[in-house]
Order: sequence, then C-alpha cells, then structure tokens
Amino acid sequence: MEDLKKQIIEQLNLQEVTPESISNDQPLFKEGLGLDSIDALELIVLLQQHYNIRIANPEQGPEIFYSIRSMAEFITAQQTAKA
Amino acid sequence: MNSAEAYITGSCIIRHNSIYLNGELRWKAEGTPELQEWLRAAYDRFSGQYPKFHKMDALGKLGWLAAEILLQDNPVKTLPPEAVGMVLANRSSSLDTDFRYYATVKDIPSPALFVYTLPNIVMGEICIRHGFKGENTFFVTDAFDVELMSAYPAQLLTTTPLQACLTGWVEVLDNQYEVALFLTEWTPAGPALPLTAANLAALYDKNK
Repeated sequence: MEDLKKQIIEQLNLQEVTPESISNDQPLFKEGLGLDSIDALELIVLLQQHYNIRIANPEQGPEIFYSIRSMAEFITAQQTAKA
Repeated sequence: MNSAEAYITGSCIIRHNSIYLNGELRWKAEGTPELQEWLRAAYDRFSGQYPKFHKMDALGKLGWLAAEILLQDNPVKTLPPEAVGMVLANRSSSLDTDFRYYATVKDIPSPALFVYTLPNIVMGEICIRHGFKGENTFFVTDAFDVELMSAYPAQLLTTTPLQACLTGWVEVLDNQYEVALFLTEWTPAGPALPLTAANLAALYDKNK
C-alpha cells in the first residue's frame, strides 16, 4: 500500500501530500483526500499504466477508489485472477 | 472606445523571473530557474495552502498567481460574485499544454492535461479561487492590444452590472512567459488611473 500511495501522489501531482499523511482507510474523495472527477480518471490511467488493469464495470468505481485499502485489495484480486 | 468612467486601480506584471505589483518590484528569483521551479517558489512565497495550484498548467499557474498577488487584501473580493468579470488575452492560446497533451496521446492520454487544452481555463481557475461569477472573455491576439483590452472592459463596466473587471495578458509557450494583469473598476480606488489605452500601454511597458 505504501507503493500505491507514492504512485498516487506522483500520478495526481499531490505536491503537498506525503505517503505518511494518507491513512489506508481514509476516503480518497470529498472530505478525505479531496480528490475530484479528473483525479478519478487519472486513477483509472494509473491502474492501466502500472498494473495493466482495466475497469470493466464503471459502476464499480466508487467502491474500488474509496480508499487506499480498497484500491489495493482490487489490484491484488485482479492480479490473483490473472495468475 | 475609451471611457473616463472606468479606472485602472491595480496592476501585477510577471516577466523575467520578477513580480511587480503596482509598478514596484515585489520579488525576483535568484539565478535562472526553470519556469515550473520559479512558479513553485512564487507560490510558496505569496500563497500556499491551495494544493490545486500544482495541478494547473503553466498558463493557469501564471494567471492564478498574478490574480493572487493583485487581489491580496483587496476589497474587490467582497463584491457580489456577479459584479466581477474578466477579459484576458494571449498569443499562444493553450498551445504550451496542447503540445504536452499531444505527447501523451501515443500512450494513454492524460485527463489532467486534457482539461487545460483551452486558454480560458485560466479564467476558471481564478474564478474558482475568488468566487467570481461575472462575464468573462478570452481573446487570442498577436500582441497585447491596449485598444481592445481597455475598450472592452470599459464597455462592460459602463453597460453591464460589472463593478470590477480583471483584464490583461497571460502568455506562455516553451518556458517563455509574460503576464500583465490589471484590475479595472467602475469607481476609482487608491492611486487610480482612467482606463485608457495610453494608460494601459504605459503600465504594460513599465519594468520591461
């Protein structure tokens, strides 16, 4: 999850955020890290670029991108399914 | 058209790694930093606490920074949102970001760059920051046209509900940049000058 935090900070250009300041379970959007709709698109790009994962069902987005932990669990599940 | 019923009440010029507020040098960076490096240093010095700044393209950052400095502690920010408008212009439109976006298209197009492939987005960033909701227009012209950029805001100030209008030049391409942002108002405030092409030209040419 620490690597994922670093990737998100780099991809979203969050220059005033450190990996240590993001907790695994805090919401990424709205009252949490404060990400917006463009950031959501960048997270989709991140999954494609770093993990070769495409989100088949866009309705899953809010669930997948809820927190660092939910993203990490989704990535792990996708990688396990491919193996 | 020039109008003696509208006034230039402030200016912020950014060029040659320097920032001038109302004709006075406020800050000059040491050495010859890259534009993004210089913008970050200027942000840290004059603002901070606005993380969205880092996501903007260079055009957005330059215009936002000039507005931030020009409007610091300015009562214009207390006007009704619909009473503050904006008329900006530049030569290169959003080409600086268009090239960067085009470079990503061969891989995965960047949504974060795509949203800046219009020059008027810089006005949106300024409006979001300060809550302005008045009329705004962005022109693309070869050079800073003082006739147009004085007449158009003057007309807005005298014929519409606008009480203040940010007007000026926000240009960037390949690390070459220049910002000349002026606050124009319906009523004179502080050391105000009548909003005429000659006065706008004199302020623009100062500190060149």
